Amino acid sequence: MHKTTLEKANSAESMFSVSALNVKNKKTQKLYSVLFLMMTLLLILPVLVILGTLIVKGGSMISIDFLFTDPVNGMTEGGVFPALLGTVWLVSLALLVSVPLGIAAAIYLSEYASDNWFTRIINLAIINLAGVPSIVHALFGLGAFVMFFGFGTSILAASLTLAIMTLPVVIVSTRESLQAVPHAFREACWNMGATRWQTIRRVVLPNAVSGILTGVILEVSRTTGETAPIMFTGAAFFLPFLPQGIFDQTMALSLHLFVVSTQVPNVPEALPYAVALVLIGMVLLMNSVSIALRMYLRGQKKW
Amino acid sequence: MVEKTVVDTEFDRVVKAQKCKIEVNDLTISYAGKAALSDVSLKIYENEIFGIIGPANAGKTSFLKSLNLMNTFDANMKVEGDIRFNNRDIHQLRNVYALRSRIGVVFPLPVGLPLTIYENVALSPRLRGIKDKTSLDQIVERCLQRAALWDEVKDRLNSLGSLLSGGQQQRLTIARALSQEPEVLMLDEFSIAVDPVTTMRIEDVLKELKHEMTIILVTNLVQQAHRLADRTAFFLDGKCIEIGDTEALFNGEVKDPLTLDYIEGRFG
Amino acid sequence: MAKLESSSKQMDDLFDQRNMDWYFDKLVQMIVFISGISAIIFVVGIFVFVTVEGMGFLLEGFSFTEVFGSEYWEPSDEDDPEYGMLALIAGTASVTGLAMLIAIPFSLGAAIYIAEFSTGKTREYLKVLVELLAAIPSVVWGFIGLSIMNPLIIETFDVPVGLSVLNAGIILGLMAAPIMTSIAEDALKAVPDRYREAAEALGATRWQVIYKTVLPAAKNGLLGAILLGVGRGFGETMAVLMATGHSVNIPGSVFDSVRALTATIAAELGETAVGSEHYQVLFSIGIFLFLITFIINLTADLIVRGIKNQ
Repeated sequence: MHKTTLEKANSAESMFSVSALNVKNKKTQKLYSVLFLMMTLLLILPVLVILGTLIVKGGSMISIDFLFTDPVNGMTEGGVFPALLGTVWLVSLALLVSVPLGIAAAIYLSEYASDNWFTRIINLAIINLAGVPSIVHALFGLGAFVMFFGFGTSILAASLTLAIMTLPVVIVSTRESLQAVPHAFREACWNMGATRWQTIRRVVLPNAVSGILTGVILEVSRTTGETAPIMFTGAAFFLPFLPQGIFDQTMALSLHLFVVSTQVPNVPEALPYAVALVLIGMVLLMNSVSIALRMYLRGQKKW
Repeated sequence: MVEKTVVDTEFDRVVKAQKCKIEVNDLTISYAGKAALSDVSLKIYENEIFGIIGPANAGKTSFLKSLNLMNTFDANMKVEGDIRFNNRDIHQLRNVYALRSRIGVVFPLPVGLPLTIYENVALSPRLRGIKDKTSLDQIVERCLQRAALWDEVKDRLNSLGSLLSGGQQQRLTIARALSQEPEVLMLDEFSIAVDPVTTMRIEDVLKELKHEMTIILVTNLVQQAHRLADRTAFFLDGKCIEIGDTEALFNGEVKDPLTLDYIEGRFG
Repeated sequence: MAKLESSSKQMDDLFDQRNMDWYFDKLVQMIVFISGISAIIFVVGIFVFVTVEGMGFLLEGFSFTEVFGSEYWEPSDEDDPEYGMLALIAGTASVTGLAMLIAIPFSLGAAIYIAEFSTGKTREYLKVLVELLAAIPSVVWGFIGLSIMNPLIIETFDVPVGLSVLNAGIILGLMAAPIMTSIAEDALKAVPDRYREAAEALGATRWQVIYKTVLPAAKNGLLGAILLGVGRGFGETMAVLMATGHSVNIPGSVFDSVRALTATIAAELGETAVGSEHYQVLFSIGIFLFLITFIINLTADLIVRGIKNQ
């Protein structure tokens, strides 16, 4: 109140200059924000356009009939039923192997392993397993399952190859959901005289199971889309009959897309679009379910 | 009331002279080479409340952990020395789970397991192999009643135990410990996260319980030890400075003046 | 009293009895341990099986100057097959290089926007969208290259062939970007907020904070993201098989068709006789691919671990 006029003027001026700086800063900030938003959108928009194109060009062919009839006339007409069924076979059998194995491995890493060089090697192996090119997995499947173990080109060999390839997905997601269960719960249980396994079964797993489920759904989606690993291990370009057992070959949706779009002459233009649409629809549906489940779980508070 | 307590202690002391529940000789505990407790030797008798007081980092919690062999879950924790439970060397047991199931533990921060209230208390009987619904119902009701929680939760036994209030969760933890039908109950600063009213209620429960089990009470409140413990040990910087009759200690009959300084609040 | 005494004695006897629970716990421990090391077994197994199949060629027919010095890939020549991989390596390198040229700036930009500029619901939606993009199968990407990009490139640039380095590079870039975005965003989020607050308290604008504080702090994580993107592009099979044009060629421009190492295996393995030299050569390409990705992943892991240790 007792400031001189000069001081007042000074402070007013400095205040003004600060706000001018603020305005300038706000402008540059806005500029950068828009720039990075543009980059993000440039990444996303083409894909949305592509998806739109798939729907426009292939959508008209999609029907219940398309899903449940056999391809006919050298795969230029008809539906995708054997391929769809084959994918279900391959994915189910792969899950049967990789889910128990992956969950057990994650239990070891989260509940038993201590932080030492050995655990680091296991983690490194998991990272590498996830990073090995899919075609190298195919070579491994061919060398190991088709020939060495004598399964031949079969659903079994292809499923095992897929199982090993997608194992890291299950391990990593399961380990994450196990570690989200607070340590204090385990200690409380141990203090009551529960063994490690009793603790895991009664307290840790029940509280991690939904998180594990989201990981498994994610794995289903990954396995559905894989093509290279099954090309030489169990999937056939075309089969006139459905597989009768796990030692038979099968058609698969992902390989079917490759075949109708590159190997078969005189295919109507809409057909491969429709196949791609079915495949991508399955994959995105499962991913969306997984994401929705995860968001729902985040809202559930249990402690 | 006061007189009665004194008489009780006198009586107990005579009986307990033979009945040693836990005996510890030259106990040394270290974490990754750093000593947490060194050369502690003491005896805890049946049906007494044995208080342990001392400032933070005195080694009190480590002491409790070594008694039920929790060090097997902690690769960094190293325990040396002789610990006897019912005159059995606990490091020689073939089944450590049998030992832990007979020692109930209550933590500083309440741990309601993310199970229903019912399952929190029924867990230990289930682990022992009790499957019969009526037996389980009985155990759950009895333990919750003895932990002074029954009236508050009897209508919602199926809601999550981990979502109860702090004070309720602490009583749930006690009910869970009681469901083990323990011979020893170890409480580690149980009143830290609990309101004063609940603390007093739990203290009353403990006074009742000591007729059935041995209680080891680690506390940061010297007055709590005064109110509850028959005998009290004073831990400081990983050493057991003094053990004595609680009344005597609080009357100033101490061997080490540090004990009196701590009791009278001059440090800590 | 006597009864109590004896029951206590019985209880003490339990200390010496290992019951079902005890043995079951040990059994579970063994099972999960074996499962835990299965990842190691599989990685070693992959290396061993692929190496065993490809060893024959590496020991006998392999000539360093031919494989890495010749651009003539003529495995089907009955009299004198030639296995020059120079063109295949050039194909893989050019496609991966172009893909990274596209993916690195855009994925880092997107990661910066999502982690530093966007808020609330927008951030959630963008993250979900990025995650969904990462899920599109590679064979679908290949099909997109073949059916949508191909005519688009022919029309736009007035070139005779649309299946080229450009096509596959764009496809691979779009494929790798979502994963790189996710990892890069994690790395940015790992930078503690107090760094940002400290810089903001000094009057720095958001961009200055990001540029001067957040990016340097997240440097290793971002580098890890880039490396994993390179690894993924390098090992991609179906998309490059379908979008490159698949012709053996050292590219002179982005409009040239090329052929990648991975695609070569996928296209030719079905036609070769088991145990033949051509078959062994394809497996030795597999060994090469395995080793390169192993090194890339190891380096990425070491770099990312570097930040955690700081």
